[in-house]
Amino acid sequence: MPGLGARLGRGGATTFLQDLAHSDCIVIMGANMAENHPVGFRFVVQARERGATIIHVDPRFTRTSALSDVHVPLRAGSDIAFLGALINHVLTHDLWFDEYVRHYTNASTIVGEDFRDTEDLAGLFSGYLPGERRYEFNTWRYAGQATDPAPSGDTNQDSQGYQQRVGRTHRPLQVDPTLQHPNCVFQIVKRHFARYTPELVEETCGVPRELFLRVADAITRNSGPERTTAFAYAVAWTQHTTGTQMISCCALLQLLLGNIGRPGGGIMALRGHATIQGSTDIPTLYNLLPGYLPMPNTAQPCATLADHLRQVTAPTGWWHHAPAYMVSLLKAYYGHEARPENDFAYDLVPKIGGDYSFQPMLLMMQEGAMQGLFCMGQNPAVGGQNARLARRALANLDWLVVRDLFETETAAFWHDAPEVRNGEVSAKEIKTEVFLLPAAVTPEKEGSYTNTQRLVQWHDKAVDPPGDARSEAWFIHNLAQRVKTLYAGDRSARGRQIQSLAWEYRDDEGEPDLETVLKEINGYNVGDARLVPDYTALKDDGSTACGCWIYSGIMPEEGRNLARNRNGDERAALGWGFAWPANRRMLYNRASARPDGSPWSERKAWVWWDPEQGRWTGHDSPDFPVSKPPDFQPLPGADGMDAHGGDAPFIMMADGKGQLYAATGLRDGPLPTHYEPWETPVGNRLYPDQPRSPSAKLHDRPTNRYHAIADPRFPHVITTYRLTEHHTAGAMSRFVPWLAELQPEGFVEIDPSLARSLGADNRDWVTVSTLRGAIEARALVTDRIPPLMIHGERLHQVGVPWHYGYTGLAQGDVANDLSALIEDPNSLIHEAKAFTCAIRKGRLSEGSDESTSEAAASSENET
Amino acid sequence: MNETLSLGATTADKTGARPGAVGFLTDASLCIGCKACEVACKQWNQLPADGSNGGQGLTGFSYDNTGDLGATTWRHVAFVERTAPASSDPLGGLLAPAPGQTAWLMLSDVCKHCVNAPCLDACPTGAIIRTRFDTVVIQDDVCNGCGYCVPACPFGVPQLSGGDHTAHKCTLCYDRLVDGLEPACAKACPTDSIQFGPIEELMPRAVKRVADLQSRGVRQAQIYGDLRSGGTGGIDGLNALFVLTAEPETYNLPASPQRPSDKTLPAFVTTAAAALGLVLAAVGALRRR
Repeated sequence: MPGLGARLGRGGATTFLQDLAHSDCIVIMGANMAENHPVGFRFVVQARERGATIIHVDPRFTRTSALSDVHVPLRAGSDIAFLGALINHVLTHDLWFDEYVRHYTNASTIVGEDFRDTEDLAGLFSGYLPGERRYEFNTWRYAGQATDPAPSGDTNQDSQGYQQRVGRTHRPLQVDPTLQHPNCVFQIVKRHFARYTPELVEETCGVPRELFLRVADAITRNSGPERTTAFAYAVAWTQHTTGTQMISCCALLQLLLGNIGRPGGGIMALRGHATIQGSTDIPTLYNLLPGYLPMPNTAQPCATLADHLRQVTAPTGWWHHAPAYMVSLLKAYYGHEARPENDFAYDLVPKIGGDYSFQPMLLMMQEGAMQGLFCMGQNPAVGGQNARLARRALANLDWLVVRDLFETETAAFWHDAPEVRNGEVSAKEIKTEVFLLPAAVTPEKEGSYTNTQRLVQWHDKAVDPPGDARSEAWFIHNLAQRVKTLYAGDRSARGRQIQSLAWEYRDDEGEPDLETVLKEINGYNVGDARLVPDYTALKDDGSTACGCWIYSGIMPEEGRNLARNRNGDERAALGWGFAWPANRRMLYNRASARPDGSPWSERKAWVWWDPEQGRWTGHDSPDFPVSKPPDFQPLPGADGMDAHGGDAPFIMMADGKGQLYAATGLRDGPLPTHYEPWETPVGNRLYPDQPRSPSAKLHDRPTNRYHAIADPRFPHVITTYRLTEHHTAGAMSRFVPWLAELQPEGFVEIDPSLARSLGADNRDWVTVSTLRGAIEARALVTDRIPPLMIHGERLHQVGVPWHYGYTGLAQGDVANDLSALIEDPNSLIHEAKAFTCAIRKGRLSEGSDESTSEAAASSENET
Repeated sequence: MNETLSLGATTADKTGARPGAVGFLTDASLCIGCKACEVACKQWNQLPADGSNGGQGLTGFSYDNTGDLGATTWRHVAFVERTAPASSDPLGGLLAPAPGQTAWLMLSDVCKHCVNAPCLDACPTGAIIRTRFDTVVIQDDVCNGCGYCVPACPFGVPQLSGGDHTAHKCTLCYDRLVDGLEPACAKACPTDSIQFGPIEELMPRAVKRVADLQSRGVRQAQIYGDLRSGGTGGIDGLNALFVLTAEPETYNLPASPQRPSDKTLPAFVTTAAAALGLVLAAVGALRRR
């Protein structure tokens, strides 16, 4: 979640679900929380019962809207126009939390005079390289700070070292405490958003200005020393070409309102499914090592450990400790093979040189650059964008291993996919050898979940898995041992890489003991194998090993697995599970106290300075050096945490401040800007010459074509989403009779006026198409997806749940056959929440669609 | 005092529930329509999936694809989509949408476990019993499938199964109550829309909840299951109470249900009168000869 990382320092929810109950106002935007996070939503309901105002901003009236005080229907993909207007409202009506903004954000910092805003350059920031569709950041720097070479276009934010990401501020910052300097951050932000007016919101988002002002009034009335507003978002913000900036825009607004790090405030990032947070903490991502350490990247100097550490180590702020974390990780990976004299076997760590994220992977398979694939708990034949292309890519593999509960669409693509059923592709011509291995479900295995609020909870095994089904740990453990045997004695680089891997987990009939793994994750002293109490004990000399520094402290001593704890309470519930880092439930919680260390108010007290004990105390674990006094002044030239004052709550950032303006790190600009989705029925009222993201990563090719702006063939906005009754690509729900009967088949939601114009009644078949594909489904005609007035014209939105596929009990056409491969430049996430489509009455076989003719032509042209 | 309370001042909030009776309070204002209750019920009671809509797939009735309570669906979440009239409060509010905007009412329906249950009276075999928890349970090993309970229930709860041809409905998880556990649906409900407990605790909670909702502008908030509404016509109150945010008919619930057996006495009188009339007519006709 680079949107939060770039402004606040960490890519995780700043607060926890239970704390939402203490909010005075909750804005749910880019999320359908009641449907997709129903258990967490209980705390929103509790807040409502305590008198909080609940606002849901969403194209559709969902089960979340039904429980909200206000539903604001807006056009899918226009979120930054809406959020930007809230920012402008706060700035023009003097509604920002002045003391918070002055002390805890970079509002007063002066930016270099070479910086040019989108308002100066008609929709582009300075530093744009048009041929490469990317920016170089030097002109965005703070005044007087050093410059760096432009990062490569092949990397994303997460691939950058913290040197580049959090900035280098080893020279004193130039500041204007009066916030009047024309190039201070505050003035730049103010100018940038000056044209984001209620009128723009009305035209661009389709939200009547009274409704917009009602939201603006609710959030500003409920922000300040006595009151707090929280925002909750999910993948309906992430899945846009401007998704990272939507999230960063929210962080900017919450900083201005003084809501970060305070009870009832913050940004609740709702993760898409169970332990997705865990799988970025200890990542399945190609560009990150555990604990958000960047993978060595050939776009930067990375040949030696020293080179790499120079990249990842920030001179000031918490990332100054990066060498201890990196070396401890190498010790955990390579054990006694990692020694000071061999750079701790750093040469064995793979170095990346490009974008190997999920979407380019599909193209690499299609092009034959990738020959084999493990799919574990993933179903790209349904969940992959441009799923037709995804299945075509699978068909070009030599081998495919699917570990899942059932024969998913990905396992069955070669005999059951629509293009095989209709004869377009012959199963005989598919060369892929598919191995389907049965997987155990949660109660059949031990392990942990890291949920949406960074909370790790351990669970025991209740029953044995049936038949040959095995846990993921069993599979990986046995695979690793077999690979090690296979490469024994191999002197090649690859052989050495595999042999050197320390793999010493106790096992019981092949099932590894997971608490042994947890000990490695927690970290230990190499000498005596004693567990470290937390990450402050980690060293960069090879005397400690740690698998993921942010989880350090989860098992502070033998036999004490904190993730097993189940002592909850009504406040921070520190006795329930373990939240990284250091069991902190609310991040940046130094900001819950005034600069002098006392609580902003009795009602919103959380963490405060106890002058008698000389330490920070309160309900939570302080996210701050515990004995650094609030009036601490750094000495000139100090480094690491000593460079931060006692009023710098954002400890991961180089300057310790919340970034209203992100001088480094965000690849598409230091400030969020309203760009249209890549496929849009209208132009951009703010920047007609630069209507769409100038740095979105495109994959334009015959099998992945995009619609032009306002293409009359595709006049409607389409958005895809999930339902309570099913889970993501359906492997865990569409095969379960009790769930399948609740939403038995795919459907398309359309408004009554669109239905009338198509001549379609409720439950009639309709066909939806794009240049990527066409699908059929029954129409659910409802007022819940209202048409909106955009640029003075009525615009219809089409809603399609994306769970369905061709296997299981609940089936339907694959909604992702319609979507396209395209990437947000920061997160490399696709744009499935807002694109354009055509719709007609009738079934697929009853008419011809642009896509079917074009797709047939393109399949001939390609391969 | 508002209209709804004053109208039924004598019967509102009253129930004939016997001391110690347990039951449900299902609060529509807290329901998020997640259907966890439906799934938990089917899982605990091992009820089969119906193959929604009789195998016809999507019903097209909003997000409701199980349709109704039945022999294999003992909790059912109703979805009611309504669009506010143009005359409503332009700025909307809780459950009171702005003009042209939509409201989506959701309610988890269940057997009412009537204080004076018509199904129990109609059952000729004694298969339907009142338990020590004062709940109403069909013993499927005693039921002979006559189906008399089906039309007897004014709420349409018990139904004959196409499988074993006997009648089935919610047992209020009798087997869980025996073990001191709350019913599966209440346990699964993430927002406490379904609450379980003694009726003498649930009714005051419902009264307080309705007053609270009304003070927040939900003018139609009301109790369903007291002697004024739902528990009428000799039923004497429901051991499954509801807090509704609209009139009962909106959720397909009868406002004033009656025990069919209460109609048997008038029917007997009219039949007797008709018979008497016919006798008199016959006698008269014979005399005229």
